Amino acid sequence: MKKLLVVLLAMLCVLTLAGCSNGGSGNGGNNEPAGDGTVTVKLGGSGPLSGDAKVYGEAVRNAAQLAVDEINASDSKIKFDFKMEDDEADGEKAVSAYSTLFDWGMQVSLFTVTSGSGAAVAASYDEDGIFAITPSGSSTALVYTDSKNYPGNFQMCFTDPNQGVASADYMAANLADKKIAIIYKSDDVYSAGVYEKFVAEAAAKNLNVVYKDGAFTDDSSTDFSTQLTAAKDAGADLVFLPIYYQPASLILKQAKDMDYAPVFFGVDGMDGILTLEGFDTSLAEGLYLLTPFAADASDEATVHFVKAFQEKYGEVPNQFAADAYDCVYAIKQALENIDYKEGYATNGLCEDLAAQFTSMTFNGVTGENMTWAENGEVSKAPKAVVITNGVYVSAD
Amino acid sequence: MKNIFADLFSKKNRSRTISFLMVTCAYILIEVIMNTVGMSRLFKSLLVPTCCYIILALSLNLVVGISGELSLGHAGFMAIGAFSAVIVSGLTVSSITNDILRLVVSAACGSIISGIFGFIISVPVLKLSGDYLAIVTLAFGQIIKSLITNIYLGFDANGIQMSFVTNTLSLEGGKMLLSGPMGATDTAKISNFTSGFVMILITLFVIYSMINSRHGRAIMSARDNRIAAESIGISITRTKTLAFVVSSILAGMAGALYALNYSTLQPAKFDFNTSILALVYVVFGGLGNINGTIVSTVVLYVLPELLRSLQDYRMLIYAIVLIVVMQMTNSAKIKELMEKLGKKIFKKGEVKE
Repeated sequence: MKKLLVVLLAMLCVLTLAGCSNGGSGNGGNNEPAGDGTVTVKLGGSGPLSGDAKVYGEAVRNAAQLAVDEINASDSKIKFDFKMEDDEADGEKAVSAYSTLFDWGMQVSLFTVTSGSGAAVAASYDEDGIFAITPSGSSTALVYTDSKNYPGNFQMCFTDPNQGVASADYMAANLADKKIAIIYKSDDVYSAGVYEKFVAEAAAKNLNVVYKDGAFTDDSSTDFSTQLTAAKDAGADLVFLPIYYQPASLILKQAKDMDYAPVFFGVDGMDGILTLEGFDTSLAEGLYLLTPFAADASDEATVHFVKAFQEKYGEVPNQFAADAYDCVYAIKQALENIDYKEGYATNGLCEDLAAQFTSMTFNGVTGENMTWAENGEVSKAPKAVVITNGVYVSAD
Repeated sequence: MKNIFADLFSKKNRSRTISFLMVTCAYILIEVIMNTVGMSRLFKSLLVPTCCYIILALSLNLVVGISGELSLGHAGFMAIGAFSAVIVSGLTVSSITNDILRLVVSAACGSIISGIFGFIISVPVLKLSGDYLAIVTLAFGQIIKSLITNIYLGFDANGIQMSFVTNTLSLEGGKMLLSGPMGATDTAKISNFTSGFVMILITLFVIYSMINSRHGRAIMSARDNRIAAESIGISITRTKTLAFVVSSILAGMAGALYALNYSTLQPAKFDFNTSILALVYVVFGGLGNINGTIVSTVVLYVLPELLRSLQDYRMLIYAIVLIVVMQMTNSAKIKELMEKLGKKIFKKGEVKE
């Protein structure tokens, strides 16, 4: 009997502590009063800060932090308080990360870095009326579903279908005489999404796809000799890789080992391959990739961003970083446009920002004159880059 | 009155009584906190998944702890239960408008289908001895995940449509239920904490009824000494199959509860890691120890979330905690200490043999 009592007491302690210590803070977030007319906005976001995809999460966090620091140091009336939670690129953890941010009082969000976790919390953002724009979650499931549109959810990157279409269009315009093979990851939302649209668009553009069954899954993402041999036997001289950079790095290595040297062509998931630890960057020489951002571009905004990022973190920013950087500035611009200040009605913030985003044009490092559609998709021009001497160089 | 009490806390029933009391008290306490002080969103979001993992770990404990076989593919059963439930729930969304009823129907279907798969696997495999079940379940988990990753299933006015590997469906105003690697999207969230609590009670009831029955004793005897058990006429295959099928049914239920708690669910979630995670919970709580499993699941599932404030060091600390606790529970000295404590807490006369 006493043991029972002890167990009960122990549980009581743990639960009340746990429940109460966090219970008080979930109040939707208030504007912090500041005397000088500035207002601080709580900006949240989640992404993989541990695990396989952490390069993306860290790039986004670093770049967003850089933008926030710049804004806070400037004379802007809008200041940000930025917090990024780890979601391990997993839907279940993304819900926890979202809840943590909600408890913290997040007002505006960078959504999630990866598609899978974004899809899991898209509806929550919509229900709670928190404005969110994802730097890199490219699945359409983040901004709308078959049955409904999430009016407050936006994207800074291209959607998967658009990437597939854009890749096929680019090849049709510039690499039309190539025989194309595709290696993709069939159990990945992102990869399968790009693949599907690419195949459809390639057929429409009469591209010569000689091998399109190069599917692999998470469990078979270490040995690609089967797919590469099949591609080689089919006579392919261009291999399209709509996958993340980690398996892609292995594909490049294994292709070299078997003396197979086609042109490799990736999409935005390929970004980051040069910073992969232990990767011989010479393998990536001549690799095409479709990205809205090239770090070597000479426009003022890009030069400034790349320089600041390098100074702070010691590496060249990739496309995820650039998208995140743009997200923060786009949010700032929208907040300024609606004249956000102390005492602004929190309830209407999401709608007002959404209305701004669908009507404004934004100039950032990932493109000029970006606009957003009602469904949350961005409209901007993709750029193709080629890796030359270990850096991105614009292909055109 | 005293007799009932003594009976509840007799050596035979003590664990069962504590299990039910612990779970019920925790439930009441959480409900009270939620309705009075209020609970943070994070904790609310953790309630249902914690219930799911408790059920999963308990079901796995039935195989690993009580029946003495190693299953490395319980996530596979969870996946079957999860996606069956999503499909059933999606199909009946207009015909069964009551959420609770729909949850019950979906979970029941998920459990049954998972149980059928459990039976199919165990029939050939449990006839063998040794580690074959571990190998087969390992493969099974992977196969199930790959299969679901390639299924496209939807329905419209013309009925249910399905395609495999590539999406060839053209729905007229209908709804996609499973879309390949995207998995289930736009699912109605009908699981809640109370349903999770009830399912844990059902799980506990099933497991304890089984342990304390003739079948349960047969299962444990087959675990402890196969030859001796066979010599007194116990069919090893039958008892192990029973334990395995019940376990797969419960895992399917956990999956159903889990799936209907999220608006989207990807098959990739139910990979080898999830199976191992469940195994970690079981080993941590003690093989065959029901209460230990519940406590370890709660602690290990909630811990990484509580450590969020540590930012980058979170997973490092989590790993260290795992190692430390494993070492501690394994050390003879600490076990002795715990036993002494246990003896002090318990009144000697009342319940000790």
